[in-house]
Amino acid sequence: MNTEELGSNIKELKITAAQVRKATWEMIYRAKTGHTGSDLSCADILVALYFSVLKQEPDAFDDPNRDRYIQSKGHAVEILYNVLAERGFIPKSDLLTYSQFKSDYIGHPTNHIHGIEMNTGSLGHGLGLGVGIAKAAKLNHQDYHTFVLMGDGEQAEGSVWEAAMAAGSFKLDNLTAIIDHNGLQISGPIKDVMNSEPLFEKYEAFGFDVQEVDGNDMAQLVTALSAPNETGKPRLILADTVKGKGVSFAENQAAWHHKVPTEEQYQEGLQEFDAEIERLRNE
Amino acid sequence: MSNSKKAGDVICEELIAAATANPDVLAVTSDSRGSASLSPFAVQLPDQLIEMGIAEQNSVTVSAGLAHSGKRPFTFSPAAFLSARSIEQVKVDVTYSNTNVKLVGISGGNSYSVLGNTHHSLQDLATTRALPNLQVYMPADRAQTQGLMRYLVKSDLPAYIRIGKKALTDVYDSAEVAFKGPGKANLVVDNGDDITLLAAGETVAIAVDAATELKQRGIQAKVVDLVSVKPIDKEMINAVADATHHFVTIEEHSTIGGLGSAVAEVVAPRGDTKVDFVGFPDAPAIAGTQDEVFKYYGIDTQDIADRVEKLLKA
Repeated sequence: MNTEELGSNIKELKITAAQVRKATWEMIYRAKTGHTGSDLSCADILVALYFSVLKQEPDAFDDPNRDRYIQSKGHAVEILYNVLAERGFIPKSDLLTYSQFKSDYIGHPTNHIHGIEMNTGSLGHGLGLGVGIAKAAKLNHQDYHTFVLMGDGEQAEGSVWEAAMAAGSFKLDNLTAIIDHNGLQISGPIKDVMNSEPLFEKYEAFGFDVQEVDGNDMAQLVTALSAPNETGKPRLILADTVKGKGVSFAENQAAWHHKVPTEEQYQEGLQEFDAEIERLRNE
Repeated sequence: MSNSKKAGDVICEELIAAATANPDVLAVTSDSRGSASLSPFAVQLPDQLIEMGIAEQNSVTVSAGLAHSGKRPFTFSPAAFLSARSIEQVKVDVTYSNTNVKLVGISGGNSYSVLGNTHHSLQDLATTRALPNLQVYMPADRAQTQGLMRYLVKSDLPAYIRIGKKALTDVYDSAEVAFKGPGKANLVVDNGDDITLLAAGETVAIAVDAATELKQRGIQAKVVDLVSVKPIDKEMINAVADATHHFVTIEEHSTIGGLGSAVAEVVAPRGDTKVDFVGFPDAPAIAGTQDEVFKYYGIDTQDIADRVEKLLKA
């Protein structure tokens, strides 16, 4: 893809990201449950992956050579559902059952949903799953790539570091871990709750090639995620993001981790999303 | 009866055969290849042994990832760690995600003896049995371990297998007789209808000896081997309950949530069958060799025979 094509593609991706953010906002308001701030934070990462980076097709999800995506921060499932729907994995109408009695669309990812690889929700599992999946590719001489999205609050889970050690030891250059690095967790700033920094240096020390990007900048995300790994090294994309991105009054507010908007907030948020979509179309 | 072979050695032999035929079969270890008797596997099939280091939680999670990608991992760790420290990984990544991981808990029960309670797994049946979509097995001898392994290498379902450390006393003549499949128990002794002894793993041989001792005392016992702890053989349990109405369960496990509990869950609704429990009390185990500790808690031939005699007179 040349620069001009990439540029126009980036514009489309940004619009898609704004649209899935809006749909997620609507879904959470409708269901009166969801991890709003966490969803909005990583929307650009998921859109970059599903609409530009992942070699994965909705009608060939059983292809053994598909790229794999594991969402370790499973609580941001509402954005995942909306991205999967927008990408054609699942019918949008299914999403109306989210959090309803007997629905498969529950508050954390399950492999009952077409397009979801593994069940997650308990934090600190995704990177280890990714290590197993990437190691299998090495054993089988397959060339698919495995992506894992973690939260930064999640970095307090010890199992993350067991998995990081294994990824480095196994020299998994077919594995990319991404941290949605918004600096906030449910109880407040991560540095106050349980400081996990410096993540850059820690992952480097575990044998990763670490790159820090603006995790709400589509062009930076696509460029970083599309590039091949350094030979013999797993990659960590430290994606600096804004929790609650896209709704001015929710941005950078730990309280919006899983807050549901009031009617008034809901309308205000919708207006902001519509204005952003309009602005992007006219850009 | 003779002491012929460690379950770990049998598992290694069967796994080498399966892994030679199918490169997807893997052994995953957490610095446990020696204690898991996997050294011959490591020598013969080094590319199919995944060493995870001393990281039991990640060992299970990575195994789930491998299984999700078509591999058939057998994941070995001391049962004490695999069934407690890693239990959330087993719950989420193996049973809930339905990945074909075979979890082999080595040196289970009290078999680490004087290493102490950190190394005992006397609660593992309670935790693993309660997980949906997890089969639980305790092989009693060499032939049964063989039969079980020949089933497991072909099965696509998650399973936990608990084995001990010492050489097992032979109970069966052939793998086919010893292991008939998931949910199948064996009626090992059928002397009569006074009492039924139910056991699994290393306590099966003890139960068989106890039945012989009881016969000499004029008490006719049946012995049921519950190798498939889950799914449990309800049909067999109900059949022996019809005949005897009195059970003694014998387990190398806490009497809370283990084999006795599993049996009681089956017969409680009947209201006509008494269950007495022989096993470990709700307390840290004392120190000693495994035989000394078993004797202390009454998990041995003479004590069981005495107890049954007393129960039947009461």
